[in-house]
Amino acid sequence: MVLDVRDLQKSFPGAEGDVPVLRGIDLSMREGETLALTGESGSGKSTLLHLIGGLDTPDAGRIRLAGQDITGMNDAARAALRRSVVSVIFQQFNLIPSLTVGANIAFQARLAGRLDPAHADRLANVLGLSAHLDKYPEALSGGQQQRVAIARTLAARPQLVLADEPTGNLDEATAANVLDQMLALVTETGAALLVVTHSETLASRMERRAHLSRGRLA
Amino acid sequence: MTALLSHWRRAKLQFFALVSGLALATALWSGVQAINAEARASYDAAAASVGEAQFDQLVPRAGDTVGQDVFLALRLSGWQVSPVLEGRIGTPAGAVRILGLEPLTAPGALAPVGMTDGSGLQDFLTPGVFFASAEVANRLAGAVEQRVVIDTDIAPGLAITDIGIAQRALDQPDRISRLIVARDQPMGLPPIDTIAPDLVRQTARDAGAGRLTDSFHLNLTAFGLLSFAVGIFIVHGAIGLAFEQRRSLVRTLRALGVPLRTLVGLMIAELVVLALVAGGIGIGLGYLVAALLLPNVAATLQGLYGASVPGALQLRAEWVLSGLAIALAGSGIAAFAALWKIARMPLLAAARPRAWSVATGQAAWRLAALSAVLLVTAGGIAIWGQGLILGFALLACLLIGAALFLPLLLHGAARTGSALSRSALWQWFWADTRQQVPGLSLALMALLLATAANVGVSTMVSSFRLTFVEFLDQRLAPELYVETEADRSAELEAFLQSRARETLPLLSIETDIAGVPSELYGVRVGPTYREDWRLLDGGAQAWDRVADGSAAVVSEQFARRAGLWLGDPVPIAPGQSPVIAGIVADYGNPLGQIVLSEPLFETLFPGEVPTRFGIRTSTPETLRQALIDEFGLPPGAITDQTRIKAFSLDVFERTFAVTGALNVLTLAVAAFAILMSLLTLAALRVPQLAPAWALGVTRTALGQLELLRAVALALVTVLLAIPLGLVLAWVLLSFVNVEAFGWKLPLFFFPAQYALLAGFALGAAALAALWPARRLARMPPSELLKVFANDR
Repeated sequence: MVLDVRDLQKSFPGAEGDVPVLRGIDLSMREGETLALTGESGSGKSTLLHLIGGLDTPDAGRIRLAGQDITGMNDAARAALRRSVVSVIFQQFNLIPSLTVGANIAFQARLAGRLDPAHADRLANVLGLSAHLDKYPEALSGGQQQRVAIARTLAARPQLVLADEPTGNLDEATAANVLDQMLALVTETGAALLVVTHSETLASRMERRAHLSRGRLA
Repeated sequence: MTALLSHWRRAKLQFFALVSGLALATALWSGVQAINAEARASYDAAAASVGEAQFDQLVPRAGDTVGQDVFLALRLSGWQVSPVLEGRIGTPAGAVRILGLEPLTAPGALAPVGMTDGSGLQDFLTPGVFFASAEVANRLAGAVEQRVVIDTDIAPGLAITDIGIAQRALDQPDRISRLIVARDQPMGLPPIDTIAPDLVRQTARDAGAGRLTDSFHLNLTAFGLLSFAVGIFIVHGAIGLAFEQRRSLVRTLRALGVPLRTLVGLMIAELVVLALVAGGIGIGLGYLVAALLLPNVAATLQGLYGASVPGALQLRAEWVLSGLAIALAGSGIAAFAALWKIARMPLLAAARPRAWSVATGQAAWRLAALSAVLLVTAGGIAIWGQGLILGFALLACLLIGAALFLPLLLHGAARTGSALSRSALWQWFWADTRQQVPGLSLALMALLLATAANVGVSTMVSSFRLTFVEFLDQRLAPELYVETEADRSAELEAFLQSRARETLPLLSIETDIAGVPSELYGVRVGPTYREDWRLLDGGAQAWDRVADGSAAVVSEQFARRAGLWLGDPVPIAPGQSPVIAGIVADYGNPLGQIVLSEPLFETLFPGEVPTRFGIRTSTPETLRQALIDEFGLPPGAITDQTRIKAFSLDVFERTFAVTGALNVLTLAVAAFAILMSLLTLAALRVPQLAPAWALGVTRTALGQLELLRAVALALVTVLLAIPLGLVLAWVLLSFVNVEAFGWKLPLFFFPAQYALLAGFALGAAALAALWPARRLARMPPSELLKVFANDR
């Protein structure tokens, strides 16, 4: 099991006290599995994704990633986990503006100490980025930037890829193209893929679906 | 307006940076202006009472006074002159300078204390009154018989009265110190030389002190401008960023129908209000700065030029208004480019918070080109330029040129760092550092200027100190100095004949030679002068030629001011023009110095008897005791060399006290500039750092890297600042000093001092970066996660 979540709870402070966002989530994923997480705005999808990605800490419950319980981990251990086990693709791409496209693709893999230049080159080639490796992210279109974010994640060979509305900022044709490439590459690397999305089209391409409503999985 | 102002509610730190930067800039500027205004008011009061500024004067060729019959002779021949007697009287609370004027003949503008309309003349003449400031009036109470009238316009330490009263008070019956020459004179007057050959005419403002104090104030103003520039750097950064961040708001307001002209007008109005508020705060702070620095400045002026400035500060309209004007002008300069961009921005231009830093980064090459032009200009001035103004222009070109070159140097350093890095984290660190350079450039320029000024000024002062100590060793060679009555002079010499190795009479008079106010010395040429006085220029036979009366040794400042060098004749008196055989240093003396042999001096001034002597002896303590016990000299009339040296060094240290204080201030302002820049940029940094955090770099590591980045950039800046400071020191020692004071000083290097200064500068940068770095290291993940929120 690459992901095992048990009774996960999280609330945020609001004007009238704490507002519960996740009220006891149970979720698991096997290696290579793909899962679409859907739900209305404010249902807690992104919060769940951030907790699984080790970007935030839950109030209660447990998250096991590749066999490791991450809920009790300190900041440094969770950072190490983000370098090597799990990786997030954001809707806003969040590339590093000061690095070239080539350096952005290699960045996480180099941080994890497992950059395979041939693999990174192939990813860039497959995603149509070979001609842009020396450019800075701000010179690329939105679709190209999202492909750089995907290449960066997959170059690091994580066991679990988390994607938060990965095609939310792209037009329909570009989104379909990016999705095809992402699925093909995830399958090739054997990573599990959890996608948070509003898009029915995107969700239908995943093996499993989970719907989040009022802080619970349906 | 509400929508525009709402930005400041969200960006409180930016608001603080803007107001504090402007307030600080205004404070340092108006503080310096306050000091200058106070000092100038004192000079004006002094000048108004002695007529230095407005009128030519006739002064004795030798001695301190002449008989008042000269005045009568000149008046009878038609010359419109007025006598002045000047001297000091002791009071229990300290000496007071007494100035005696003759109100009936004094030119109108000289008439003291509101007597131009003739009122109070009767009182002034009989029974006589003294006019003085309240503090001097207190000192005089009981010391003089006459009434003392308080007048706030009278210069500090001075009391003015009728010349007859002054002659009695100073015990100088029928004597006068000088004559003031009215501007309008009748036609066809006989030459002064024929009526009063013992007098020399000095033209208005020829005393030298005015020129010297002007150069000191120019120096102080330059420091003020430097500090103001640093403050404006802070404001420029804050305004540029604030306007960039408000681009989207401006776009929205325009889309909603608010005319562009109205928006720009509102922003200007907002700036004017901010400038006035910050300017007001700055003037208050400036008053405090001035009040703190004024005692040091007063000590410096007293030590360097003997100019008297009170240690207390008055609120003067001129510098309050100049403070507000400079705050408005500074905001205008800082905001012009940002307002211009807003005014020309297309309606649909997207909000790009990074555009500001990217555009600034692209300007690095343009700035470097401008820097090259300025540095070449500086080189040109150094080779061909002359004059104090060009000296300061040279300093400005150097400092601004180096500052403009800094961004390119920082880019280059970051690029080199990136090329040398092997790990992803360090590559990112250097790449990110390059991206930060534009945002931090102005603050780092401030650090560059402050550190260079520190290195330059401390090198100058330390070089001066070393030279001065060596100079004191040369000049204060005699182990003892004694003073006696004129009628015991010969007796003292006879007493010392067998007891001292060498007895050196200190004969001197103040006079005007070749148009330069000078001291003329008559010396007994012997081993002391031959061995201890090091000549800056001159042959081995120089002292032999002085001894035979055919030559003179002159000071460097006399040579420069008179334009007379080795081999040139010095017109001492009609028919007496010994040639210059040697040039010596005479640091700290505003007067020129001409050294003749004792016999020649006695021929020229037969009435002058030495009352002071330098004594060379290997047993100073024994001789001292003998002078007291056997000769009967009071102990107070004997001074040993070490005490004079200690006193001279103390004057030296007090003279440069204000420089040290200003150095610390500029470095503190630079550190504040870095802190404000880092804090202002902190909000922009989060979106840049959050991806690195999400990819596995810890917050602690990010905080540490932020700190390291500030120190690394500061290090590059300091590495440029040290050579720049040394060039600055060279300019100050070899160019500005020569133009301002008339002497050139050797340049010495003080590596330990530079290492310490570099440590301070890096420490200041690290301290400034510590808070933002700590904030980042402790930033809750929820703050970083906002960057990834889809609704951002």
